[in-house]
Amino acid sequence: MVTNNMTIKIGGEAGQGMDTSGAGFARALVRAGLHIFANSDFMSRIRGGYNFYQLRVGAKPVYAPDDQTHLVLAFSQDAIDLHLDELVPGGAIIHDTNLQVDANALAQRHIQSFAFPFEAKALEIGRAAGMDPKHAKQMLNTAQLGATAAITGFPFERIADVINQNFGKKKGSAVAEANLAVARWAFDEAQKYASQFDWKLIPPADGVNRMILNGNQAIGLGAIAAGCKFISAYPMTPGTTVIEFMTAQAKRFNLVTKQTEDELAAILFAIGAGQIGVRAMTATSGGGFALMVEALGMAGMTETPVVIVDSQRPGPSTGMPTRTGQGDLLFLLHASQDEFPRVVLAPGGVESCYADTARAFNLAEKYQCPVLVLTEGYQAFAVRSVGVEEMPFEQFEIDRGKMLTEAELDALQPGTYKRYALSADGVSPRALPGHPNAVYTSTSDEHTESGRMEDEDPANRVAQHAKRMQKIETLKTEMRMPEWYGPQNAAITLMGWGATRYAIREAVDLLNAQGVRANALHFIDIYPLDENRLAQELAKAKWLVDIEGNYTAQLAQVIRVYTGRAPDQKFLKYDGRPFTGAEIARWIAANVNTKPAKGKSAKVTKSAKVTKGAKVKLVKVKLAKGVKVKAAKATKVAKAKN
Amino acid sequence: MTLPIPEFKFTPKLYDGERQVTWCPGCGDYGIIAAVKQALAQLQIPPHAAFFVSGIGCGSKLPDYLKANGYLGLHGRSLPIAQGVKLASHNLKVIATVGDGDAYGIGAGHFIHALRRNSDFTMIVEDNKVYALTKGQYSPTSTRGWVSSTTPDGAIEIEFNPVVMAIAGGATFVARTFSGDPKHMAATFAKAIAHKGFALVDVLQACVIYNHVNTVEWYRPRVYKLDDDANYNPRDYTAAMQKAHEWGDHIPLGVLYVDERPTYEEQVKSLATTPLVKQALTYRKETWDEFRAAFM
Repeated sequence: MVTNNMTIKIGGEAGQGMDTSGAGFARALVRAGLHIFANSDFMSRIRGGYNFYQLRVGAKPVYAPDDQTHLVLAFSQDAIDLHLDELVPGGAIIHDTNLQVDANALAQRHIQSFAFPFEAKALEIGRAAGMDPKHAKQMLNTAQLGATAAITGFPFERIADVINQNFGKKKGSAVAEANLAVARWAFDEAQKYASQFDWKLIPPADGVNRMILNGNQAIGLGAIAAGCKFISAYPMTPGTTVIEFMTAQAKRFNLVTKQTEDELAAILFAIGAGQIGVRAMTATSGGGFALMVEALGMAGMTETPVVIVDSQRPGPSTGMPTRTGQGDLLFLLHASQDEFPRVVLAPGGVESCYADTARAFNLAEKYQCPVLVLTEGYQAFAVRSVGVEEMPFEQFEIDRGKMLTEAELDALQPGTYKRYALSADGVSPRALPGHPNAVYTSTSDEHTESGRMEDEDPANRVAQHAKRMQKIETLKTEMRMPEWYGPQNAAITLMGWGATRYAIREAVDLLNAQGVRANALHFIDIYPLDENRLAQELAKAKWLVDIEGNYTAQLAQVIRVYTGRAPDQKFLKYDGRPFTGAEIARWIAANVNTKPAKGKSAKVTKSAKVTKGAKVKLVKVKLAKGVKVKAAKATKVAKAKN
Repeated sequence: MTLPIPEFKFTPKLYDGERQVTWCPGCGDYGIIAAVKQALAQLQIPPHAAFFVSGIGCGSKLPDYLKANGYLGLHGRSLPIAQGVKLASHNLKVIATVGDGDAYGIGAGHFIHALRRNSDFTMIVEDNKVYALTKGQYSPTSTRGWVSSTTPDGAIEIEFNPVVMAIAGGATFVARTFSGDPKHMAATFAKAIAHKGFALVDVLQACVIYNHVNTVEWYRPRVYKLDDDANYNPRDYTAAMQKAHEWGDHIPLGVLYVDERPTYEEQVKSLATTPLVKQALTYRKETWDEFRAAFM
């Protein structure tokens, strides 16, 4: 019997409501005091296709998806066929009696099948409540939830609460009652299987309710907490939900949100607002960011604060809109002609999306430059239960840097203010336009200290360019070194950045549980970093394995340029899917000599270096069977420790 | 921000910049900048209450030669910046000054959307029908058949008609003026700046170096003023469209079209009371508690 530690997959066609039932069940679990992590896997279409919602439940916080499944709620035949291999022995599929299962295949793998006449019953109850067949059929969702609650031992009242809440003011209506009746029927029917299913969901006595947020909502929240009042954007998956979230919250926080005619306008609106002194941002994906590049350089030249979120998806060009990847790092580091200070942050996890986006706004104003927040599709969509204490909104300290106060502006001698005054740290005191004593222009041309066009004088050019570039040096004193996770002096160090943070941590835990001393070095702040301090951190890694969602190991390239240190091995993939901890641990076990002779460091076990996705895939296929066993063992060890 | 009401009369000199102007001798831009200053003085808008946005090109240098807040941005991108500025601080008088290439060529996409958005700012286009700063290539408003270094056999496209497009696209103020008539320019700019909503002024401007056809001498006998015609009603859409299409021997100047529509900023709920830049950046605990409850 395993309590409060399982993964449920809910699969079907787009439009069948897997997201709704998944989110409903997640809500019920979190209200019951459990932790969840959930992500949707969907195709770029609104109806049809095959989608699934993946829900991982834990007694302790869960930060990443698992690749083992314990329960599949199948809304379509695909859901049965596609997830069968992911189910652990003893796992189960709940499905309608009108879907087919291959009894032999199930028996071979010790998978159970719990079938119910969901649709027939939903139609019957719906008809009695006066619902048309289309809406009655949608009650399949509530039926599935009722059955799930029964076999996992989860209290029915918790499911009923969420159903009632979903109906809001229509609570008590015939439709709401019909849904409750369907759920109740399924709950009662499924009781007979409860003793056969080993995974249970039991609300803890001291359960605390938490928020459920995805990465893009957290980015929006970070912005709002940091005093961002303005977002302009053009819809592009997976960046769109940032402006959607902020627009939904615009009334509560008095925000201005603007969908513009294109991404060029999106960043320009934000820069216009930023020039005036409003904390402003835009959010997009790589293709949209490509259109913003000219304006990015302009903000660098006019030293206008602006925060730009790039939610990566595989590319180039249109690529894979609903998928994930880490292919934009070098693009963000180098976008634009010539040089100027910029900051690149790559948050890892929902709480980091919040905190590091908030920090982005302080950095943008303190250093008067664009700040790029690099997230990715997987992190944009995945939700986690977040404790109130993890996001102390009221406590964020807004730091606007060298901004002249109203009193300082009043005391200025008119005509003397220099927007681009030379200074030791490269940052010039900033007056917001609108005060009679500080009337000035900013220009994308090279300019004088007063901001007037000066595109000829070499001495002025040298002074202004050096002033701007000095901000990079100043920034380095504030930027954070990569974080360590796991034991010191480990034989293997896993290096990654951004959204892979928790998958890598989980791999570290799995490896250590297997007796492999591994740790992780993870980057959230990526640029600019102090090369000397960074080299010291890298020197602590004995055998460095780079883990990235791209083909060319973009972070590793950057680190090599910064420090001269190259990774010893690389695990790279670009299939559009997120890394999981078990997947990384398997790769390490298969490709790294994890038990080196005393005094020697880890080494490659295969003669050919595995750097290309195709090869990785081959390795994966070869290992798939044996590996599951290893991973399962590791989980058990970890449990025993807990 | 409360803008102080001026206690003394501003003169155009107040807006003089400290810069050496680099326009060619005889350029229409000299007249245009003088008329802009005249209009600001007439409306008594102090330099700190105005915000100029421009792009790249000869005409776009205008804010650099003025004493007023300004942002000289990218070629074709002045309008989105201007609208961002306006949303951030809607009490500022925002004026975009750009050339025809900037406005109707590279920036045409933004132009179309500014028309329908009716953000409360003024767009002055210094329309000399040629790309002058890059040495004489044809522009979207160049006459069909225009011969230039990139169109040696003459421009194949027909010319873009900005005033027709503006009226059709939903601009609430559309006017045309002429760089050879300083008084008319100043009066037209003043009307445009005073207008509530998006105002376009297309300025027929001579380029003494690269446009040897549409010269001051060419324009002068052709232009006539709608303002002198008591029967012309700029609120009549059909009449305005008819006038907007007129070109050749008779070129109408003045306010072609006026409409009243709420401005974009007026309709943004978050701007109902205080300009965005003056709003608090933090929120009460109760506001956050409400948010948390909604996500639990």
